[in-house]
Amino acid sequence: MSTATHKLLKGSTGDWEMVIGMEIHAQVTSNAKLFSGASTAFGGEPNSHVSLVDAAMPGMLPVINEECVRQAVRTGLGLNAKINLRSVFDRKNYFYPDLPQGYQISQYKSPVVGEGEVIIELEGGRTATVGIERLHLEQDAGKLLHDRSPTMSNVDLNRSGVALMEIVSKPDIRDAEQAKAYVTKLRSILRYLGTCDGDMEKGSLRADVNVSVRKPGGPLGTRCEIKNMNSINFIGQAIEYEARRQIEILEDGGQIDQETRLYDPNKGETRSMRSKEEAHDYRYFPDPDLLPLEFSQEFVDELKAKLPELPDQKKTRFVADFGLSAYDASVLVAERESAVFYETVLDKLANRARDGKVAANWVINELFGRLNKEGRDITASPVNAEQLAAIVDLIGEGTISGKIAKDLFEIVWQEGGDPRALVESRGMKQVTDLSAIEKVVDDIIAANPDKAAQVKDKPQSLGWFVGQVMKASGGKANPQSVNDLLKSKLGV
Amino acid sequence: MTDLTSLTLAEARKGLAAKTFTSLELTDAHLSAIEAARVLNAFVMETPDQARAMAREADARIAKGDAGPLAGIPLGIKDLFATKGVRTTACSKILGNFVPTYESTVTSQLWRDGAVMLGKLNNDEFAMGSSNETSCFGPVGNPWRRDGSNTTLVPGGSSGGSASAVAALLCMGATATDTGGSIRQPAAFTATVGIKPTYGRCSRWGVVAFASSLDQAGPIARSVRDAAMLLRSMAGHDPKDTTSVDIPVPDYEAAIGKSVKGMKIGIPREYRLDGMPAEIEKLWQSGADWLRSAGAELVEVSLPHTKYALPAYYIVAPAEASSNLARYDGVRYGLREQGKSINELYENTRAEGFGAEVRRRVMIGTYVLSAGYYDAYYLRAQKVRTLIKKDFEDCFAKGVDAILTPATPSAAFGIGEKGGADPVEMYLNDIFTVTVNMAGLPGIAVPAGKDAQGLPLGLQLIGRPFDEETLFSLGEVIEQAAGRFTPARWW
Repeated sequence: MSTATHKLLKGSTGDWEMVIGMEIHAQVTSNAKLFSGASTAFGGEPNSHVSLVDAAMPGMLPVINEECVRQAVRTGLGLNAKINLRSVFDRKNYFYPDLPQGYQISQYKSPVVGEGEVIIELEGGRTATVGIERLHLEQDAGKLLHDRSPTMSNVDLNRSGVALMEIVSKPDIRDAEQAKAYVTKLRSILRYLGTCDGDMEKGSLRADVNVSVRKPGGPLGTRCEIKNMNSINFIGQAIEYEARRQIEILEDGGQIDQETRLYDPNKGETRSMRSKEEAHDYRYFPDPDLLPLEFSQEFVDELKAKLPELPDQKKTRFVADFGLSAYDASVLVAERESAVFYETVLDKLANRARDGKVAANWVINELFGRLNKEGRDITASPVNAEQLAAIVDLIGEGTISGKIAKDLFEIVWQEGGDPRALVESRGMKQVTDLSAIEKVVDDIIAANPDKAAQVKDKPQSLGWFVGQVMKASGGKANPQSVNDLLKSKLGV
Repeated sequence: MTDLTSLTLAEARKGLAAKTFTSLELTDAHLSAIEAARVLNAFVMETPDQARAMAREADARIAKGDAGPLAGIPLGIKDLFATKGVRTTACSKILGNFVPTYESTVTSQLWRDGAVMLGKLNNDEFAMGSSNETSCFGPVGNPWRRDGSNTTLVPGGSSGGSASAVAALLCMGATATDTGGSIRQPAAFTATVGIKPTYGRCSRWGVVAFASSLDQAGPIARSVRDAAMLLRSMAGHDPKDTTSVDIPVPDYEAAIGKSVKGMKIGIPREYRLDGMPAEIEKLWQSGADWLRSAGAELVEVSLPHTKYALPAYYIVAPAEASSNLARYDGVRYGLREQGKSINELYENTRAEGFGAEVRRRVMIGTYVLSAGYYDAYYLRAQKVRTLIKKDFEDCFAKGVDAILTPATPSAAFGIGEKGGADPVEMYLNDIFTVTVNMAGLPGIAVPAGKDAQGLPLGLQLIGRPFDEETLFSLGEVIEQAAGRFTPARWW
């Protein structure tokens, strides 16, 4: 594995290096909340998914939702992390109207998942490894609604108690590109695992980004935490801005105050939210309503055995089995849906060992290219995997040329239909009948005696003849047959 | 029919089964007694209509031969238990007129078995107190008075209403809760029987929380047998409370009258306090003698960390309470005192809604959990707790079946007599009982005699985890030897 070189920022006193760590809050995919049976469905009227436990009624007790535990363990396994067979739920105490209990149940000293790592994909096929410090389970809070009354704020507890995984990275990230790649990769892993839908717009995935700067290789600087980022692009922008802000202060002889900041995407800047002095004293202590979370190694092994193939494994397999380049393979596996599409194409191919690589090119270049151009998602592609496989089959078996295939793709994209039937009905078949081609070849040689004479001295000019024959055949002639014929006729 | 109130639960069950009287008659007798005893302030909410409706239903079931084990038995419910459709306040102003839409597991099991609810009983606010003086509904009177005195005494706390009502024959039994002695101390102060079962034996679901790792529900009753009958219905695993334990509930009543011959009873030397009143010492000795006469073997045992129990308890319990009571913030239910900002709303609501003792404990708890103090207080207290638990384990490992101690260091005291200047004076009431909560063990308080002023005193038996049966067997031996005690009616 190659270790990536990272971007340094130039200041008036020389280069600066960014040191970045992230806390990702990922909403666990589960039907019910972490400690109550209430639904986790998104949307719905305010306070329509609230149980007595979520509303913190007197005498209510939390009961762990085992599915959330399984999801956390699966995620831990997907991050190649240590799974802790015993972990503890703690109470994080603070007052806020969206927090009915007056405390959040979280895991402080003993998280369910320990150290792991994520391999991130960078430009040019480079990769880097980001260490995972821990993953723990915790409750989400409710939401304040400020727009329903001129004098009051309202509280919506639908989200209150929904399970979150907080995934804490080590401060291994060195620039904005790596940070974005880290979130992208983590999101991809979560979606492969089905443990979080990764929908950043709905808030299912949010990041707190810790940024500090230092002279390359020097001691760590004071960090600032940028809270609640819910877009990968904004994360990149916020890091760039924040690092420059810190460098400016340091180069002016100032010092960085450890604080929590918010990123304003409209202004493209971060601003102070609260200082270290204003930070809460959360008075963590083990939640006496809950026993320590304990499970067996067999429980973990069972989940491990049923884990789906993850992007890194898939990438390796694609490279090994179909000779894809590392870059192409990583493009295909980046999104679970893309990988699923490609694999469906593979399934439908008549000869996947032969055409697997061609199919990858078609998925990446033709299909993704076209989808991107039209701003469409792979799940809304007008050309399905079966159709694309048929096109690749037709190329592979020599029925159509690559050029005709592009026309065919366009027809299928616009009009739909069975590619094989279309080739028949529209006469797009490649001509391999030598006698038919021979006549065209003869005509062209006869019409161009000068050029024919030159070919013996300049063999590269054979290409010109091939082009002419192909053109005359409307692209349907088999290029190999044309080539062979020309060579024998011209005595090359 | 007023003499119906003087029956024990076991006797009433017999009478109901024989159709000597109906549950409605039994219930009416108690409702009248409650009405006549309002000066005791034991009930904070009377539910006569509901009681009669439940009694009629019980009578119908008895007639059909489909009676549950507590069919038709009128009970009082400590106001800490959520009762569906019936105001539940934990005797705190902050809950205001809170009416739960749910029924606690413990009470729903009592109703399942046919019991009748007479109303809600007074207690110390959020169960924080040892005299029932911290209730927002005012103090409860103890039916017992000193010989020749008109001074009203406290019934103990926090289950003061429960103990007073059972002692004054206002209900045949009552639910109670015990975090540091809140069942056993009031039982001892009123000559009733109270058992705090093993932690995890009864579900805490629907019981307003004080200190979650210590809270446990149990009954206060007129006899050891009655307590056994009530506990059988109250106990049991509840999937809604993760800390409740999934083991079968035995027929506790079957333990009554079982021989205690050969049982090894520990007398812990650390419970012999300096300056302990001679009559407590004498009572303890009598208890030991009675058990010996019944064939038990008495051995001196050591529980070396006993002296750290009370200070450690007053760190752990307030710490948990400070967090458990955070939900009373004026946002969703109960009292709300407006403010200009959300922080002001919190401050105004909690300052107005919580009484002085609750505020004190919330502040102690907040302090001991604070950054920089956690290790010195909370963590250390938890370590002490582990040592206390180990003391008991070591003792039981040597073959001791149960431990005999006094239940309280004194008899009941007058309202306003204790704790005015120094809250620790009040806290010392629980000196013999808190260790049991810290170790999660079962403990029963049984009336054993009277002091020189005619006030009842109790003895405590501490058992192995989930061995309440042995406590019932031994408790009945003491009950048989000491006799039962009924206060002279003055109200």
